[in-house]
Amino acid sequence: MNLKKIPTACALAAAALFTAATPVQAQISGDVIKIGIITDMAGVYGDIDGMGGVEAIRMAIADMGGAINGKKVEVLYAEHQNKADVAAAKAREWFDTQGLDMLIGGTNSGTALAMAKVASEKKKPFLVVGAASSALTNDQCSPYTVHWAYDTVALAKGTGSAVVKAGGKTWYFLTADYAFGAALQADVSTVVKAAGGTVVGSVKHPLSASDFSSFLLQAQASKAQILGMANAGGDTINTIKAANEFGITKTMKLAGLLVFINDIHSLGLKTTQGMYLTDSWYWNQSAETRAWGRRFFEKFKRMPSSVQAGDYSAALQYLKAVKATNSDDADKVLEQMRKTPINDVFAKGGFIRADGRMVHDMYLMQVKAPEQSNEPWDYYNVVETLKGEAAWTTKADTKCPLWK
Amino acid sequence: MEILGIPLQAFLGQLMLGLVNGSFYAMLSLGLAVIFGLLGIVNFAHGALYMIGAYVAWMSLEYFGLNYWFALVLAPLVVGALGVVIERTLLKRLYKIDPIYGLLLTFGLALIAEGVFRDQFGVSGQQYPVPELLQGATNLGFMVLPNYRAFVVFASLLVCLATWWVIERTRLGSYLRAGTENPALVQAFGVNVPMMVMLTYAAGAGLAALAGVLAAPVIQVTPLMGSNLIIVVFAVVVIGGMGSILGSILTGLVLGIVEGLTKVFYPEASSVVVFVIMAIVLMIRPAGLFGKEA
Repeated sequence: MNLKKIPTACALAAAALFTAATPVQAQISGDVIKIGIITDMAGVYGDIDGMGGVEAIRMAIADMGGAINGKKVEVLYAEHQNKADVAAAKAREWFDTQGLDMLIGGTNSGTALAMAKVASEKKKPFLVVGAASSALTNDQCSPYTVHWAYDTVALAKGTGSAVVKAGGKTWYFLTADYAFGAALQADVSTVVKAAGGTVVGSVKHPLSASDFSSFLLQAQASKAQILGMANAGGDTINTIKAANEFGITKTMKLAGLLVFINDIHSLGLKTTQGMYLTDSWYWNQSAETRAWGRRFFEKFKRMPSSVQAGDYSAALQYLKAVKATNSDDADKVLEQMRKTPINDVFAKGGFIRADGRMVHDMYLMQVKAPEQSNEPWDYYNVVETLKGEAAWTTKADTKCPLWK
Repeated sequence: MEILGIPLQAFLGQLMLGLVNGSFYAMLSLGLAVIFGLLGIVNFAHGALYMIGAYVAWMSLEYFGLNYWFALVLAPLVVGALGVVIERTLLKRLYKIDPIYGLLLTFGLALIAEGVFRDQFGVSGQQYPVPELLQGATNLGFMVLPNYRAFVVFASLLVCLATWWVIERTRLGSYLRAGTENPALVQAFGVNVPMMVMLTYAAGAGLAALAGVLAAPVIQVTPLMGSNLIIVVFAVVVIGGMGSILGSILTGLVLGIVEGLTKVFYPEASSVVVFVIMAIVLMIRPAGLFGKEA
């Protein structure tokens, strides 16, 4: 762990006080720019983000030359064990004692909502990459929260409407029993109903459940056409596995509402072929994404997930804004970020909306059949691009007071 | 016909699934009970040994092309040998001191094992195919049961009963039981007690590995598969009574069913129902349902 000792922290605090007292002078507090990431390292979502996310942030720092205007950039990282209280306490500790300038929120919406409160109280930028809940930019929006990669509304609008369009009118949800699952189910239900479909039932399962067969039998008994999997990571993997084993896939179609490339890699194309999913990024989209993906692969021996690419982009854009303003003052940097279009390997023509949503294109993908795949990690066909605002919460639906 | 508001068919289906999960609980808690009964060690590494068993199966298929049936024999042997090493080098130093040290040591070992596998393989895990002979499913009328799951119930019941028989009904078993009561006296009769203890730990580890191989085709082989399960298994052992062989088998099966039914009636509670039962049992019978009161 990259934590400094107490004397350093005291020195930093003193430095912070000093700069606060003399606003006209050097604008980068503590002579160092600190980016922190708090995410799931070892749990069910560890492959989606985890140390790969840290590596992606390091790549962004390296691309900015390791320093901004002569001030060194450091990255801190910590594991939140998927516990909101652990995440919030660590964020508070870093803001209070480490002089953290910007926090990146990793996977798990429960932890992201908790950290958003801390960041907002400390008035520091909080860029959420790994978490999905659309509440982060809706009823729980904050001037300091920017939601970077994707959210449950975009997943719903992508996969939900595509599946209904393809004839999947009746839905049954298998939902992870926490903030994210509830948000995803609610957002997909809205899209399904708006498109003329119906939701016939749902069952909630605990995070990291060991066996899904019981839930699947209940889903099958509902006679719905579509099984909406409002879960993620290892839970989705074990759901798909059991669904194949129990022959659920013969009577119901599976709709993976949040599926990452790591899940597909783990399950194999034979089990997952033909499945629709929505994602914010795919390494094999263009020459630029491929080059970045291969660079990541060389360091990490796995292709990057969309979340890891998002980590890179969030860190990179933050550092660019720090460079442009020559400041790590939260309000100045965020103002700079809001007025600058985002063009990097992750997003083209992206921009940050008043509610904190980073608006960019999303992609509806279909998993390739094994014989269509040309190389390891070549898993998707991009079926549809959801352009700009089309993917996200609309002004009519928002409850965020910042965007009224 | 309906039972408690759900159709009979669905009810029977859920009972069957509960039995499948219960047989995993039974096999794992059996190993824990044997180890606790004879060594007095609360083996927190049990989940890790189960996970390693599954990985041995996966690796022997992936790297050496050895199929499931070889793995069923190989994994318990490999993990049993690992058990011998753990017992000889670490555990044997702890028998005379407070049991908390054994617990901490085995917990530490479990974390190390998990960490090593996570570093090597990531957390998403590996896919292990269902063996060819057991692919497909049988329509039982009330549900479609994958053949492999039926095999799991059958195999684990067989293993559980065999273990029970060895410990309760054979001469070797009587040495083992006597060794736990009074090791010095049994040693005086010419029985090699340290060797017996070592083999017991190895057998317990082997049982965990066997459960791991049985689980590999059903759930994704991941470094976390053990820790997701082990806490429930501990609760099973506590409910059944620490050290009671038959108790842990029966409790494992029954709790699997109870948990399965909870998934129907109140799914949100399915992850805690076992612990609620544990709390109630501890209040009424602190030694567990089948344990002897001290």
